[in-house]
Amino acid sequence: MSTFSTAGGSAEIPMQESLTGTLIFERGAAESRCVEAPPLDVPTISLDGVLGGRARTAPPALPHVTEVDIARHYEQLARANFGVDSGFYPLGSCTMKYNPKIDEQACRLPGFARIHPYQPEETVQGALELMWGLQEALAEVAGLPAVTLQPAAGAHGELTALLTIRAFHTANGDARTKVLVPDSAHGTNPATVAMCGYKVVQIPSDERGGVDLEALRAALDTDVAALMLTNPNTVGLFDENILEITGAVHAVGALAYCDGANLNAIMGKSRPGDMGFDAMHINLHKTFATPHGGGGPGAGPVAVTEALAPYLPGPLVTREGEGFTLGTPARSIGRVRSFVGNFGVLVRAYTYIRAVGGEGLREISEQAVLSANYLKALLEDVWPVAYDRTCMHEFVMSGGPLRKATGVRTLDVAKRLLDYGIHPPTVYFPLIVEEALMVEPTETESKAILDRFAAVLRRIADEARTDPDLLHGAPYTTPVRRLDEAAAVKNADLAWRPEDVEA
Amino acid sequence: MYPKELKYDREHEWVRMDGDVATIGISDFAQDQLGEVVYVDLPSVGDVVSTGESFGEVESVKSVSELFSPVSGEIVEVNSELDDAPELVNNDSYGDGWMIKVKVDNLSEVDALMDADSYEAYLAEEA
Amino acid sequence: MRFIPVTCEEQVEMLARIGVQSVDELFSDIPEDARLARPLSLPEPMTEIALAAHLESLAGRDLDGGRVVSFLGAGIYDHYVPAIVDAVVSKPAFFTAYTPYQPEVSQGTLQAVYEFQSMICQLTGMEVSNASMYDGATAFTEAALMAARVTKRDKVVVSGAVHPEWRETLATYVESGTLEVVEVPAADGVTDAAAVAGMLDGRTAAVLVSSPTFYGTLEDLGALGALAHEAGALFVVATDPVLLGVLEPPAAYGADIVVGEGQGLGNAASYGGPGLGLFACRKEHIRQMPGRVAGKTVDVDGRTGFVLTFSTREQHIRREKATSNICSNHALNALAAGVYLAAVGAEGLAGIGEACIAKAHYLEAALVRTGRFERVFAAPFAREFALRWTGDVAAMQRHMLARGFLAGVDLGRFAAADDGLVLFAVTERHTREVLDRFVEEVSAL
Repeated sequence: MSTFSTAGGSAEIPMQESLTGTLIFERGAAESRCVEAPPLDVPTISLDGVLGGRARTAPPALPHVTEVDIARHYEQLARANFGVDSGFYPLGSCTMKYNPKIDEQACRLPGFARIHPYQPEETVQGALELMWGLQEALAEVAGLPAVTLQPAAGAHGELTALLTIRAFHTANGDARTKVLVPDSAHGTNPATVAMCGYKVVQIPSDERGGVDLEALRAALDTDVAALMLTNPNTVGLFDENILEITGAVHAVGALAYCDGANLNAIMGKSRPGDMGFDAMHINLHKTFATPHGGGGPGAGPVAVTEALAPYLPGPLVTREGEGFTLGTPARSIGRVRSFVGNFGVLVRAYTYIRAVGGEGLREISEQAVLSANYLKALLEDVWPVAYDRTCMHEFVMSGGPLRKATGVRTLDVAKRLLDYGIHPPTVYFPLIVEEALMVEPTETESKAILDRFAAVLRRIADEARTDPDLLHGAPYTTPVRRLDEAAAVKNADLAWRPEDVEA
Repeated sequence: MYPKELKYDREHEWVRMDGDVATIGISDFAQDQLGEVVYVDLPSVGDVVSTGESFGEVESVKSVSELFSPVSGEIVEVNSELDDAPELVNNDSYGDGWMIKVKVDNLSEVDALMDADSYEAYLAEEA
Repeated sequence: MRFIPVTCEEQVEMLARIGVQSVDELFSDIPEDARLARPLSLPEPMTEIALAAHLESLAGRDLDGGRVVSFLGAGIYDHYVPAIVDAVVSKPAFFTAYTPYQPEVSQGTLQAVYEFQSMICQLTGMEVSNASMYDGATAFTEAALMAARVTKRDKVVVSGAVHPEWRETLATYVESGTLEVVEVPAADGVTDAAAVAGMLDGRTAAVLVSSPTFYGTLEDLGALGALAHEAGALFVVATDPVLLGVLEPPAAYGADIVVGEGQGLGNAASYGGPGLGLFACRKEHIRQMPGRVAGKTVDVDGRTGFVLTFSTREQHIRREKATSNICSNHALNALAAGVYLAAVGAEGLAGIGEACIAKAHYLEAALVRTGRFERVFAAPFAREFALRWTGDVAAMQRHMLARGFLAGVDLGRFAAADDGLVLFAVTERHTREVLDRFVEEVSAL
């Protein structure tokens, strides 16, 4: 950051202000205002009297800013942020595909944005038809006929599905206590199992990267409620034994649950219902292009077999004559959230599906898989891929050999990628691959971008050999450099407070 | 690296005896594996620990590990310095980074632990 | 296809580089019997122009807040959202970004989250807020589960005056028996303190109430908090954040955990979702708090920066021992709330709260004067109130809908005991003119 000093000897003035670091509370002045409440057109009231002595005594310390202050503040913050629109974002298992802007217009239409969940059904038939259409489309893609759009996120969908499975077993007088989860599973899987009051039993993966069939068969007994599986799995491989797996699970009366995080690989090619799964969740913010929003909101609809349908949470949408209505299944587990679902997210997903159609979804999966395999081919001589097999929409490389040879870790590689304007892939997941780098290009990237990514990674591998310290210190060109995460915990500062401000 | 006067267990805890009181902490290997320690969750004086059972947790930024007791007995002292300075576990793992002191029920349990040479050999094996 | 930039020619090149003849070869791991042998049966794709028309047609069939005067509330409120909010939330760098796991390129998201957390702490009076959760109902549920972890007890006492959908959500989550939930029916539209006292014992992890209640009434939080603490239980209070500009914050009454539905802060009603779950608690309990949280720190050059922190509580590290399975937060909705609060400020928020309350009391008094509505609850209310309609509620609402009004929420749909009660919510958008017109029309029934 270059500076110049003024002739009068006053403080150094930086050429460029830092984009971040100054809080919104530190902008503006005491008299600054943006929006004011309209003048009162009804008689004033004595607040403390009306509220029975509960009126606020000291105002909250909120910013005093003008609209200009707000506009500039958030524009600067935005410039310090990297989104899919900024560049390549190959985060494995996250499916960071392009977010179509027509989706953004759709959810803002007044007939979708300014409706209340308790309005009479006849006044929201458009919204109900949209939800019904989405239910039907997801059921077709999943190969499972009954769908709930209630869950607000993937993890929420996992919980919903597992509770549905539990209700099914309970209704059959069959109290089971265990759920099987592969060692490659995403952390939400075992966390969900624990939340449902089940015990986690971990199943190892075999040398080909799939579920170890022998270990699975050994673990399956009539005390197992379900197997939670991701397919394609978290190392980007389609488990070729899937039919044997679901068969074995059913043979002991257990159910098979599919974590649908990797659905982008198989749309129109294979359906979890046809693989033998009884339930799955779908991440609309992954497969169906709804934006990640910096961490959310997403949505995690759940699709199940006819046998599980009566236990789904309500309300869900059904056809009634010429119109649509909300109803709750006969033996529902109850609701898992307030109101109907993340409707604004559902609108975006519906819009996306109507834009591309069934053939379009198949082309999307085919391109996602093609692009991943192409990248793998460009990189596998320099970055050993964890499993020597055709991958699906993502693949996992190991930074283990590079670490051994140069001392450079996957973390350093990830930070160096930032200097090249590329968001790093997922790192250190799944846990079963040493110094893992999980790459998922998605179908919305050009060949030129993929070629550049491969070239950059090869360049970084060279840098690791010739100048490892360079990588240990990366990144250099981002708005901030490596942050002291230990200090963040030890000196925990989780909120600005006016009393902390020095006079 | 592994003080000769201490005993060690397979979970990377060390033990220093003073009469029938055992001072317990984690080894240099363990603190290195964890990275910078940000928090240590310890039990209270008067609590009872059993051999092989968890008595607390040690956290770094990206991981958390359980602490397993190498002996059984009653806790007579807890290192409260670790509240404000958890990094003592990294910087002085055998000294000021100690965690709990236990009045050992059965001293033969301590004899059964590894000495420094055996622990080093164990580490080499595990690698 | 407009979302796939790779050309047909390039696809051929890519196949050649991989060493296969066709894309289908890349799917050979899928067993024959699991392959889909037919196209997906979905409607044909649409061009953008046709799609836009289709969406407008669908949305056009919905009676939105611009075309009807709505008195619906119960957690979702039609407040005015200043234009600057959507201008910020629509910036692609914010909405197309992922969770800020690479903080060096996510300072925008992280600082915005830190500012949001700070504002929620200011509103609620609590020391720590997380980065948000799905909605008020799930935040409420997570508070019950957290209280159990903190106190190491296995029972919670919940007021029947809390939103029924929140209580239902909690019941669903604990169906497996992880926690016992005791519900105490409301009395006179508020928590029955004596009945709650009777339910408290050494197994009680928390007492959970909301103020305002589902009926819009205000609780005696001081008394309820004292009861909870006497029993060694935590005091969990659900609140309405928009009213915290004029209401004394829950912290003042000893709340240990504060939750709420934050939709009213700068977010559209959007048919009830996505919402904004608020969750704030004491610093001493930070390690049991669910959800993401951002913290302030410095980088290697000494620059101020923000990171997700206290991550060892969460599922990606703790797995089955995590505080919750929650992975995401409602970051974009939290961003909207932050911009909204900056835009209105403390004075603006107080003005909005005062307007809602003044207009609600104006309407309530006028409705009671018609002789067709009766007061039922003695407790004070803020911007929402329940009255008994002296006729058939459904008929009244149909009649008023034909005249351009959504005449409140029929509480009989939630509980038979509340048959005949109608819940009215008023916001700063309701002009005196529409309030007067409503009173006139309904009294003519």
